[in-house]
Amino acid sequence: MSDFEYANAPESKAIAKISQSYDLFIGGKFIKPKKGKSFNTINPATEEVLAKIAYADELDIDIAVSHAKLAYTKVWSKLPAKERGKYLYRIARILQERAREFAVVETLDNGKPIRESRDTDIPLAAAHFFYHAGWADKLEYAGLGNKPKSLGVVGQIIPWNFPLLMLAWKIAPALATGNTVVLKPAETTPLTALLFAEVCQQAGLPDGVVNIVTGDGITGAALVNHPDINKIAFTGSTEVGKSIARSISATKKSATLELGGKAANIVFEDAAVDEAVEGIVNGIFFNQGHVCCAGSRLLLQENIMDEVLEKLKKRMSLIRVGDPMDKNTDLGAINSLEQLRRIKDLASTGDSEGANRWSPECKLPTKGYWFAPTIFTGVSQSHRIAREEIFGPVLSVLTFRTPAEAIEKANNTMYGLSAGIWSDKGSKILWAAKQLKAGVIWSNTFNKFDPASPFGGYKESGWGREGGRHGLAGYLTSDAKVSK
Amino acid sequence: MIIDGSEGDLKRFLDDLPPVDQVGADARAAMLATRSIKTTSKAWAIDMAISMVDLTTLEGADTPGKVKALCAKAVRPDPTDLTVPSVGAICVYNDMVKIAREELDLIGGRKIPVAAVSTAFPSGRASIEVKKQDTQDALNAGASEIDMVIDRGAFLSGKIGKVFEEIKIVKDICGEKAHLKVIFETGELVTYDNVRKASYLAMLAGADFIKTSTGKVNPAATAPVVLVMLEAVRDYFALTGIKIGVKPAGGIKTTKDAIKQLVLVNETAGSDWLNPSLFRIGASSLLNDLLMQRMKLRTGHYASANYVTID
Repeated sequence: MSDFEYANAPESKAIAKISQSYDLFIGGKFIKPKKGKSFNTINPATEEVLAKIAYADELDIDIAVSHAKLAYTKVWSKLPAKERGKYLYRIARILQERAREFAVVETLDNGKPIRESRDTDIPLAAAHFFYHAGWADKLEYAGLGNKPKSLGVVGQIIPWNFPLLMLAWKIAPALATGNTVVLKPAETTPLTALLFAEVCQQAGLPDGVVNIVTGDGITGAALVNHPDINKIAFTGSTEVGKSIARSISATKKSATLELGGKAANIVFEDAAVDEAVEGIVNGIFFNQGHVCCAGSRLLLQENIMDEVLEKLKKRMSLIRVGDPMDKNTDLGAINSLEQLRRIKDLASTGDSEGANRWSPECKLPTKGYWFAPTIFTGVSQSHRIAREEIFGPVLSVLTFRTPAEAIEKANNTMYGLSAGIWSDKGSKILWAAKQLKAGVIWSNTFNKFDPASPFGGYKESGWGREGGRHGLAGYLTSDAKVSK
Repeated sequence: MIIDGSEGDLKRFLDDLPPVDQVGADARAAMLATRSIKTTSKAWAIDMAISMVDLTTLEGADTPGKVKALCAKAVRPDPTDLTVPSVGAICVYNDMVKIAREELDLIGGRKIPVAAVSTAFPSGRASIEVKKQDTQDALNAGASEIDMVIDRGAFLSGKIGKVFEEIKIVKDICGEKAHLKVIFETGELVTYDNVRKASYLAMLAGADFIKTSTGKVNPAATAPVVLVMLEAVRDYFALTGIKIGVKPAGGIKTTKDAIKQLVLVNETAGSDWLNPSLFRIGASSLLNDLLMQRMKLRTGHYASANYVTID
């Protein structure tokens, strides 16, 4: 009897119309950058150039911010709140209508499997707009003080791991609370943000309320340092987050920073093992491990280690690595050559520091950037791969003997973004959740997101919260605090 | 031996099994349902599914004529295309076994087994003496597969020793003559933890196959229930080296449903189970949908329902 081979099931590229080049979206129009510079964005699964993207420098940022400021003072801040809500509802609906197109563009530009962009990224992005649309005219009842006020022009810088979703996390609350926006997508994944600019036009959003500027770190720095920016919202690496914190330290600018993580995923002896294995896989291999809250440190109770590892390895050998456009692909391409190098470098320290590397047999494509799903066993707290964020499909496996030891090890990190607890015992879950120093704690699940739930970290994982009622506070005047 | 056979030991073993998290099992089954099976793999899956169908009629109104028609369908599901494989088995009530066996032998279906539902199917509410006689009757009439039901009342009231003993007794009667499939009626056991426990209980008692449902109770063969049973046979194999079959029955009506079942098998128990000797699908209306989808793949267009035979 031959094996059940899944024939290719590619999503159609023809659904997306990607232009050869994109300009900056400023004041409701696409305009050329002043100096006419540009850069390419590529498909990391094939290394093919997808489009030429305008490069914004200080001059272009200045123009974008002045448009955002004008839109704020003349239009957006004067609009009745329920009118703002209408625009957000409209954007949410358009995102749903064009979901398939957005999913295809996201997968082409980012390298993530179409199943994930189709089932997770795009629906969640729309959900964020729906959720915040509802808040727009109810801010007085959000427990943030009597008459919470918007801040003005907000500069937003987003990462490449969930391009459209991170845009939604940033833009939806900013607009709902009455601010205008200059947003810079990541250098390697600008396309869905530019497609979103078209959505703003389609929704009839007043000119200048949302401006999209594309570029690199220098572009981002120009945005951060612009004097007319009232707030910076950043998601990305801890290193860049720290430099943003430094540069705004002597200004009136406020900031929310959502930075790195090294989450502990704790599996207790009484866990539902099969589902825990699924959760481990989902925790680290979802989105190629390019997830700030990824469960990258597996803490296994020592007496179930063999059983769990055996099942985990069997399960990992079923992960389908390859063409992100294939509907059956589970693990896609690494987003960039630079990131692939970082992953390889950190993984090699695992080898040199004496941990045991294991990957299932899998054929990686010859073109593009790929890294097989990998686990390291025999890892201790002092290994670099147990401390540093790899941001790739690499799991470090550690063990513990008692619940107290699990908590101690889980909290022994400079990060504090997320954690996972696997146990069938409710009292143990509640006890562990209380002890863990992490902004998001999942029990018997992992990587679940909802616009109503605040997200953010302790320690070097960042400042402030995004999403939910708490997320609104970051976009309103500083006397506005969430009442407990 | 994994257990010594006493009720206390059996209970200890079942209580030591890891729990099933319902939300997680549902999520895994839902994820596997998104697999996109196209072109060549779809053609392969359709033929595999046809060869796994336990073509079933379990009605009070069953007659010799109806059963004979079903036998004809089992041997040659599509009389216009003899490349279509025969089905896995015919599944009927006890008193129809002889008719089915003789008819199959007569029309070239000697290799197709006849399965009899047994032990006071579907409720299982009878004395062990009646259940023994029921099984013996079916064997005497020529059944080579026995689909017995467990005593759900005993299971739910904690009398797992009784459930275990009954399976063992029926297994002894089957001996080498017949394969034993043990039906849980998962719609009455309700929780996935119960499904896992029942799976191990039946395997330890000697089941050759574990089967979800009678087809008389809803819900029946839901994807997460089949997932939990497939995990059980996979882990039982790792423990004992013995491969036990799985038979979902009830509610699998379309080609899409059947292919989703095959994906579950492929990514849980593994490709060894993609074989009629280890996986069967209990169904009546499914076969015609498989045939229509097969025609569609071959000809490129959908035929009307009149191009497949009714049985």
